[in-house]
Amino acid sequence: MGNSGAVTSSRDLAQSIAWNRRNFLQLAIGAASAAPYALGQSKLMNPPANRKAVVVTFGGGARDDETFMPDGQENIPHLLNELLPRATFYSQVVNHGILGHYVATASLATGVYETFNNFADVSPENPTVFEYFRKDLKRPVTDAWVIAPSNGFTRIGESSHRAYGKGLGSGVILPKRLLAAALKADDGNKYEHLLRDNYESPLNAPELAGNGEQLHQIAELLKLSVTDFSAHAQSLASPDELSVYLARQLMHRLAPSLVWITLHDIDIAHSGAFSLYLEGIRRSDRLCAEIWRAIESEPEYAGRTTLYILPDFGRDSDAEAGGNGFQHHRTGDALSRTTWMIAMGPGIRENVVIDRPVDSMDLVPTIGARLGFSTRFAQGKALTELV
Amino acid sequence: MTPGQLQPESFQAYPPQARQLATRHLPLLRKLPVGFLPLLLREVIAYDYKFPVERKELDQQFTYLESMTAEQLQVIMRPFAQLHIAPEVEHLDWVSKPADFSEQLSAHLWATHQIDGFRAAAVVYVGKMNASRPENAVPAHRLGIVVIGQGASGKDYPLFRKLRPHGVHYKAVAPSNGYATVLQAVTARAAKFPTPFAHWKIDGGAAEPSAGLTSVSYDSLKRVRILLQAKIQKGYESGTGSEALRTALARTRPEDVGMNGSGDAAVLNYFQLSLLTEGSGTQIFSTTFVQWAAREVWRRAQPITLLAHFTPRQQQDSSQELLSEARRKPVLDPEGSLIDADMGAYYTWINQQRLTGAPDARFLAWFEDHGEALAIAPGLRRGAVSTDPVPLEKLLKELV
Repeated sequence: MGNSGAVTSSRDLAQSIAWNRRNFLQLAIGAASAAPYALGQSKLMNPPANRKAVVVTFGGGARDDETFMPDGQENIPHLLNELLPRATFYSQVVNHGILGHYVATASLATGVYETFNNFADVSPENPTVFEYFRKDLKRPVTDAWVIAPSNGFTRIGESSHRAYGKGLGSGVILPKRLLAAALKADDGNKYEHLLRDNYESPLNAPELAGNGEQLHQIAELLKLSVTDFSAHAQSLASPDELSVYLARQLMHRLAPSLVWITLHDIDIAHSGAFSLYLEGIRRSDRLCAEIWRAIESEPEYAGRTTLYILPDFGRDSDAEAGGNGFQHHRTGDALSRTTWMIAMGPGIRENVVIDRPVDSMDLVPTIGARLGFSTRFAQGKALTELV
Repeated sequence: MTPGQLQPESFQAYPPQARQLATRHLPLLRKLPVGFLPLLLREVIAYDYKFPVERKELDQQFTYLESMTAEQLQVIMRPFAQLHIAPEVEHLDWVSKPADFSEQLSAHLWATHQIDGFRAAAVVYVGKMNASRPENAVPAHRLGIVVIGQGASGKDYPLFRKLRPHGVHYKAVAPSNGYATVLQAVTARAAKFPTPFAHWKIDGGAAEPSAGLTSVSYDSLKRVRILLQAKIQKGYESGTGSEALRTALARTRPEDVGMNGSGDAAVLNYFQLSLLTEGSGTQIFSTTFVQWAAREVWRRAQPITLLAHFTPRQQQDSSQELLSEARRKPVLDPEGSLIDADMGAYYTWINQQRLTGAPDARFLAWFEDHGEALAIAPGLRRGAVSTDPVPLEKLLKELV
């Protein structure tokens, strides 16, 4: 092929990524390394009651170049200035699984690398964190919720596992489908910006057939009139804003103990438009801060909630000849597999950077350890700095 | 079928030159493992529609593999032979449909956590193969020119941030006759080194034919795009999954969308169609189209001259609207397009530098009809800024 570019080993690149993040963060916010504290005894052998967890995943990671590196910091002012000073930051979270958004998010939710077809309408094979939570702690369905983009995430709340599965999963809200159901036939043009669904590929089918019955059930649960919902939706700028709006309604009305929100605007990067990708990052940055403010302002959440923020994986490096830079996550190179996580909440050390590599699958055991339930089939390990 | 069972008749579905190539190298093909062979056949089956340099490289690959002893071949193929391929994948028709097989194999390798090992083996193989063959000599240094920002003010956006460390950032360029000046310089260069597919012009808008240049433009493919958009919309309505839709698009032939021609015209038709059926976002955004086309031209045709002209893309909208070019006039987003194109210029330079002769290559990115440009060349200082007035013609003359 006549390529003559220099080759950087995956390991070198991964280490470089971590080094860059740590050094930038230390410069930017004066964060400390947590190495001396990393392996202390668990603080949460008997987790206090009423703890809650909110997980925010970015479906379609943002690269360091556009976030934590000097040229990218302008895109994440809220993460840098509001959240990181109050958080423990994991600089190397490695995803060893399939880099497709549904299968990767399902893997994050089960703690096991799922291997099903990313575009198939199937349930995860292994128990989800929602099922562990509800079964072990005997919680009702209204206590665990997923808010996800509509395309393909319908079954993420409940696995097909024999020991868990049916009836033990979470409620799943698909905001775009709700909106589609709420729309009158002549309303379409007002909401086009919220119904767009062209991420993993512009060839993805927009499955936006709304379910009127579900709409009214959700509206009833959230004590939200369909008219108010439609009217408010019109004032929002993107699908992710719609998701966060519904999450806030859910938290205010039902105060569930386990909430999982998947943001997806960043994945517009697949269209190849760099400016739209940057807009997605800036919006996600703002929405993450909004979610944290909601946690702090809601009495049911303030002081008892752990917030986890992590991209499901990264995106391809500019240096990888087989990819096309930020556009996709197809090469499996180090940058596309390596991402980060922010954890903040009661008992979590603030302004700390953890350099050691951790695995994406460590999330579920960590949530389990902090909330007090067993995640017996999960592959990862609870993160020692958080439990 | 196993590779050892291959016969000349196995390649009946191949175009004439591809069939000849496969038959000529049949003894070698029979020795290759299923984890590798279909990937080679994916290139062979497209031989008739490849650019001259691609054909030469494929011929060299056969020479490389056939120069090995049985033991050497076994060693280099071992990682591919050791892949665990599920029977349902292995039994697919990898001879007649190697591209379909490759998609399935890729999905299988991801699902079984073998993709990293496969990727590492492929990198080693390509590295050894490249090291084994002489560099393809080029008649002149490569020149990449990217023109960005048509219709944009560029206010408050710091241009060329990623390119600046590699060359001189000019801040007082006199545009004189603007884009026409650039086109004139490129056409003159093409006349000096007349070789098929050695000089390219890619345009996000309309493009008149220019002597000696192979032209690809977003506007000239509008009819094809509309046909493909209709196909995609039909796929949505019928509930076709996105993978099936992608496969259906990949199988589209130029004649299916009214692109006819033979010889070099057929090669160009296949290439242009591939930009729309294999690229992501190229069907809806002109900025993506130009960036991807420039990448593919460098990678595949390996020309010595490439001019990429970015124009404003349509605004973001719902999928349905973005794919409805036939019934609406899109609203344009010049400022967003400038940011897209700025990154596109960087990627165009990176892809240029992946080719042979990189140390001697020249590159220019210019903010159209404005005074800002970035030039990279062996004699130019890296990371420098020039505020001295310089006419665009002079800048071009130094690079061409």
